[in-house]
Amino acid sequence: MAALTLRRKLAVLSDAAKYDASCASSGSEKRNSAGTGGIGSTEGSGICHSYAPDGRCISLLKILLTNFCVYDCIYCVNRSSSNVERARFSVEEVVRLTLDFYKRNYIEGLFLSSGIIRSPDYTMEELVRVARSLRQDHKFAGYIHLKVIPNATAELLTEAGRWADRLSTNIEMPTDLGLEALAPEKKPSEIRTAMARVRGKLDEAKPDLKSKAKPAKFAPAGQSTQMIIGADGADDGAILNRAAGLYSGYKLRRVYYSAFSPIPDASSRLPLRAPPLMREHRLYQADWLIRFYGFDVPEIISGGEGGLLDLSIDPKLAWALRNRARFPVNVNRADREMLLRVPGLGTKSIDRIITTRRHHRLRLDDVARIAGSIDKVRPFIETEDWTPGGLTDDQRLRARLTPQPEQLSLF
Amino acid sequence: MHIVRVQALNDFAEWRGKARQLLAAGLSPEQVEWRMVGEAGGLFGDVEEVPLPAASGPVGSVPRQFLDLAAQAICHSDPARFSVLYRLLWQLQSDNQLLGNAVLDDNSLLTKWAAAVRRDSHKMKAFVRFKSIVDDSGLERFAAWFEPDHYCLELTAPFFARRFDGMMWAIITPYASAFWDGESIAFGPGGRKSDVPQDDAVEGDWKTYFSSIFNPARLKVAMMKSEMPVKYWRNLPEAELIAPLIRGAREAEKSMIERAASQPPSRHLRQAAREIAEEKRSDIKSLTDVRSAVQTCQRCPLFEHATQPVFGEGPEHADVMFVGEQPGDQEDLAGKPFIGPAGAVFDEALAKVGIDRSRVYVTNAVKHFKFEPRGKRRIHQRPDAGEVQACKFWLNLERDLVKPKIIVALGATAAQSLLGKSVTVGKLRGESLKIEDGTTVYVTNHPSYLLRIPDAEGRAREAIKFEADLAMVRDAIAAS
Repeated sequence: MAALTLRRKLAVLSDAAKYDASCASSGSEKRNSAGTGGIGSTEGSGICHSYAPDGRCISLLKILLTNFCVYDCIYCVNRSSSNVERARFSVEEVVRLTLDFYKRNYIEGLFLSSGIIRSPDYTMEELVRVARSLRQDHKFAGYIHLKVIPNATAELLTEAGRWADRLSTNIEMPTDLGLEALAPEKKPSEIRTAMARVRGKLDEAKPDLKSKAKPAKFAPAGQSTQMIIGADGADDGAILNRAAGLYSGYKLRRVYYSAFSPIPDASSRLPLRAPPLMREHRLYQADWLIRFYGFDVPEIISGGEGGLLDLSIDPKLAWALRNRARFPVNVNRADREMLLRVPGLGTKSIDRIITTRRHHRLRLDDVARIAGSIDKVRPFIETEDWTPGGLTDDQRLRARLTPQPEQLSLF
Repeated sequence: MHIVRVQALNDFAEWRGKARQLLAAGLSPEQVEWRMVGEAGGLFGDVEEVPLPAASGPVGSVPRQFLDLAAQAICHSDPARFSVLYRLLWQLQSDNQLLGNAVLDDNSLLTKWAAAVRRDSHKMKAFVRFKSIVDDSGLERFAAWFEPDHYCLELTAPFFARRFDGMMWAIITPYASAFWDGESIAFGPGGRKSDVPQDDAVEGDWKTYFSSIFNPARLKVAMMKSEMPVKYWRNLPEAELIAPLIRGAREAEKSMIERAASQPPSRHLRQAAREIAEEKRSDIKSLTDVRSAVQTCQRCPLFEHATQPVFGEGPEHADVMFVGEQPGDQEDLAGKPFIGPAGAVFDEALAKVGIDRSRVYVTNAVKHFKFEPRGKRRIHQRPDAGEVQACKFWLNLERDLVKPKIIVALGATAAQSLLGKSVTVGKLRGESLKIEDGTTVYVTNHPSYLLRIPDAEGRAREAIKFEADLAMVRDAIAAS
């Protein structure tokens, strides 16, 4: 077999990585290369350097070290029984590509994952070597995200966390039964144990107020995970419950939801249809409401039907329409918690409403100005000059607030 | 009417100096017109220019928030920025809470301008594309052409200096340029696109990456355009790929879907999973066998959310076995029993009465952690009768293999599992009970009960009772 060119390998190994939803480069420590003669910085918020036509941001060079894999997870394009073209980067090649791309300001850093080859330890060691070389040999201060290989030794995990900003272990499926059915070699409890270990190391790395010794650095941007939506029969309730359990158990920064999309050379046991992108979108909205708006999973699920979120309207509006007795909310008097429940008002708008009402009582126009748009908000609030009257309980309200389907332009 | 001439497009320090002078002279916004140097005419035609008063008296202070927003807003391209900022500054002298009022016209203008500048600056950080230039001596430098909407190069250049310390680079925009030599940033006049090379050796790799990372089954063009507005495309090397990628997407997706097959129903998958999971008791001959078999336990739904089963620990033939309720948050993460706060209470009590923990077997009635997620915490939930019953399979195996003479049930759940009925701890503690296989069972509280008592006095009282129960166990061990 003729050796593949670097560009061909890049094509194969980025194609193989495109099903992982995460591309975030935010939430790490602040650091830069000033005065070091190296390159790279992270300033808290990540930067999306480009966008693919799938609407997803390109922030990191997201590649696999290799797409050879001993596992046979049927939802995965890289499973051992798949007939896709295989390739493998050397450690030096990944380092060079990362630096070349970074210096041209194409990327924020590297997201490196890999198929499992030989053993979990061998594979993890290879990933760690790339990160170590970037940091030590090239004084690289950009963002590094490494995939955790479950069952790799604790020493490798510790070293991975020393070089990487973020670590992730994918939970893959919302239910254990789904995972066992689709990925017979992966053990759900091994995946969760890996997350538990990362959490333990993250806890250890937190500075202790009592002791002066600074703990060793460990993955300052925390850990994340991904689950695939729509490849098994799990409903949205099961998905969000799983997410809530993961957030609370392992202090995850993010759970990524990835609509299952058809893969080349797919197994006949998979639903090969267009990926459920709207469902994925609603799950992200619901996840957001849980993390930042004080909603719990049963409340969100109660906005939909039969354990599934309403696809035609966002989960906050769906909840409000089913809990109309709690509206209208008086924007001049209500507390923050209740304002957070008003459809169409976000945390920033609410902050501005609260500072403004110290000056004067708000009118509907004022709220419109702050919120940017008033249509969705109007039926749920009272202001100095507005009360929705029967509008809140109007049976046609749902239809009125449901966006009309529109033909999306192809370009 | 006073006309104030401004030299720089976006120099906050310059505006601030002039504004302080005007304030000190007591000139209201209506008496002042701001113009760029060299700019003729204005709102009122050719008014007579009165030189700026030389007054430099004390001026009032303004909130920090104003300075931050104004330093950004001054980079906005709107020619009215200088005068609007002065109008706000003037009003702030009499009402320094003004900025909290989000619905005021000038306020929302200031916020909007600052946001537009921040966005433009952010897009510069994102969409600058450096091209490498290697000269005859092999020295590599990088240059980029960028067209911002506002005057934000000076604001953004320090970011590039922090990021690309070890690189020599230049960013050229139509109104100004910035150069980094490894030590400091120098600013110069604006330039043209042709000042920067058109090609770069790595661009081909970048385009390969851009087209390979795109998933044709997930077309979301509107989303892409809202985050990467088309106006930036002409300077992004990858943008020329967008149209062909979109054109080919439908075909690529269709060809994958056409090879579709149906999925077996989810109940079929669940059934298949259960068949694998059923364990055979006859294969289990030692505690090590049980420990490995329990890893795949799916006898009740708790396995789904717990990290891992937490199996018992202790010598294979211990005289005494302690049975708790279920692992807690820390036990679940570490996979070991009684290591969290309740474990600490337990260890302390054992040490006090003189029982060596390393000589006893410690386990739980239920092996998986049951909890309710609440934000960043997992709140312990009591296992129900069905879960206790399902897990009895494992506890019985442990009892058969360890063969303890004495079993201590810590709490009602453990007692329920061992005695086969629901019981009240208070009624049974202090008694030694013989169960059908001849083992002696003692019942006492779970150590976590002590942790939940709010007052120190009550806690101390209960601790004494708990230790008395353990002392009875200690004496029974000695007598056995």
